[in-house]
Amino acid sequence: MNANVKLQPASAEPVSIVRPSRLAALARRSGRYAVQQLVPPLVILLLLGLIWEMLCSGADAALPPPSQVVAETWELIIDPFYDNGGNDVGLAWQLLASLQRVAVGYMLAVVAGVGLGVLIGQSDWAMRGLDPIFQVLRTVPPLAWLPLSLAGFQDSHPSALFVIFITAIWPIIINTAVGIRNIPQDYRNVAQVLQLNGFEYFKTIMLPAAAPYIFTGLRIGVGLSWLAIIAAEMLIGGVGIGFFIWDAWNASRISDIILALVYIGVVGFVLDRLVAFVGQRITRGIPAN
Amino acid sequence: MSYLSIEHLDKSFVRGNLASQVLKDINLNIAKGEFISIIGHSGCGKSTVLNIVAGLLDPSLGGVILDGKEVRGPGPDRSMVFQNHSLLPWLTVYENVEVAVNKLFKRSMNKRERREWIEHNLALVNMSHALNKYPQEISGGMKQRVGIARALAMKPKVLLLDEPFGALDALTRAHLQDEVMKIQKDLGNTMMMITHDVDEAVLLSDRIVMMTNGPSATIGEILEVKLPRPRDRIALADDPEYNHYRRAVLSFLHERHRLH
Repeated sequence: MNANVKLQPASAEPVSIVRPSRLAALARRSGRYAVQQLVPPLVILLLLGLIWEMLCSGADAALPPPSQVVAETWELIIDPFYDNGGNDVGLAWQLLASLQRVAVGYMLAVVAGVGLGVLIGQSDWAMRGLDPIFQVLRTVPPLAWLPLSLAGFQDSHPSALFVIFITAIWPIIINTAVGIRNIPQDYRNVAQVLQLNGFEYFKTIMLPAAAPYIFTGLRIGVGLSWLAIIAAEMLIGGVGIGFFIWDAWNASRISDIILALVYIGVVGFVLDRLVAFVGQRITRGIPAN
Repeated sequence: MSYLSIEHLDKSFVRGNLASQVLKDINLNIAKGEFISIIGHSGCGKSTVLNIVAGLLDPSLGGVILDGKEVRGPGPDRSMVFQNHSLLPWLTVYENVEVAVNKLFKRSMNKRERREWIEHNLALVNMSHALNKYPQEISGGMKQRVGIARALAMKPKVLLLDEPFGALDALTRAHLQDEVMKIQKDLGNTMMMITHDVDEAVLLSDRIVMMTNGPSATIGEILEVKLPRPRDRIALADDPEYNHYRRAVLSFLHERHRLH
C-alpha cells in the first residue's frame, strides 16, 4: 500500500513526453529514491510480522500475534484523544503527558548541563574538582535516583522531572566540556587580537565552535531522558505512557502493552531526529573538528 | 626613532624543571611603512618572535615597543594574518570581517560607514564577489584573502603575517604576493612577515632578517633589499641584483647556518 503511494510520482512521466521538464525529472528521481529507501524496511517489517504471527498463533502462545494486537487495540488506535477522566484517557494524552515531563526536565538539564560544561571546559580547576564526581554520578542508573528524589521532594511530579534531569545532564555536560576544550587555538587567538570580552567570546566563538559537540550531547541526552521517563512513570503512576504500560500489565492487557511499545519507539525516534535536525540547522552541517 | 622596536628579547619555555631557551637577545628596529621578512629554518623560533610582537606570548626578558608604547598582550593595533587563515567557519566572508569591524569601530563609525568599510576591505583583496559565501565554500587562496581583509580592516599599526602563503599552491601564492605588494604600496602599511620561502622574502621585503638555528636562536644577519618598487616578478627573474640577494639568503641558510 505504502509502496504504491510512493510510486505514484512516476505517473508524472507522460508530462515529460510533452515537455521534458525538470519537474518530471525531479518527480522521477524522488520516486526512485522513495522506492530505494522505503521498500527494504517495509519488506523486512512484513517478514518479521509474518514470523511473529506464525510463532504466536498456537493455542498455548503466551503473547498475542499481531493480528490479535490490532484487533484488541483497535479502539485505542482509532481514538487516541478520548478522555474518560482519571487515568482512562487516550494514548495521545498519555504520550503528551510523558512528553511534557520530558520537555521540562530536559530543558532544565540543557541549561544546567551546558552551563556546567562551559565551566569545566574553561577552568582547569573546576575540571579537576568536578570531573571525578561527575564520572561517578553519571554511572548511577536513573531509577536509582527515584526513591531519593521522592524522599526529597515529597511529591511524584517533581521527582519524575528530577529523574529526567539527572539522566540527561551527564552527556550534555561532558560533550559541552569536550567541545569547549577542543576550540582551536586559532579561534582563541582571533578573539585575543580583537580583545573580545567574556560575553562576546562566549557568543561569537565559544558557542558556535562547540555547537557540534553540544548537539551530540543533547541528542544522547534526549534519548536517555525518554528511556528514563517511561521507567519512572511505571513507579510514580498518574497519566503517562509508562504507567499506561504498568496498568495494562496489571489488567493483563498484553496487546495494549505492545501498542504502547510501538508508540514509545516512534516517539523516541522522532525526538532523536528532532534534536539532530535542530543541530544540523544551527551548525549548518559543520562537523566537529 | 623607530616605529616598532624589539629590544633584547629573550624567550625560554619552562617545562617542569627544564628550561629551554628559544630566543636570545633579539634586537630589531623597524621604520614606519617598512616591509620586514623574518626567514630561518623551521624550529628556529621565528614564529615565536611574531607571537611575542602580537602579544600572544610574553617575552622572558626584554620587550617590544610600538609607536612609543610597550606591547602588553594582544591587540588590534597588531593584527595578524594566520597561516591557516583562522576564519570562523560558521560566519560568511562578510561576517568574518564584520566581527572585527563591529568590535573595534562600534563607536567611531555608524552602521553605514562600517558596512562600507567592510566592503572596501574585501574589495581590496578582490573578494567582493563572495561576500555571502562560507569559508568552506571558497578556495584556500580566497580564504587567505579574507584573512588579509580582516586584518587590514582593523586599521593596524603593524600587520603581522605568519607564513601567510605557506599552505597555498605556487600560482596562487604568486598572485597573493603581488596583491600584498600592491596593498602595501597603496596603504603604506608596516608589515612583518614570517616566511621560509627565499623568493618571497626577496620579492616583498625592504629588509630580510635571517635567523640562526635554535636553541637560543638570534638574528644572524639583516639583508637590505634595495630593489626599486614596484617590483615585477617576471622582470626580476633574470635581474642580476635580484639574484645576488637571493644568493645571499640561500648561502646564509644553506652554507653558514645549515640545519644539521
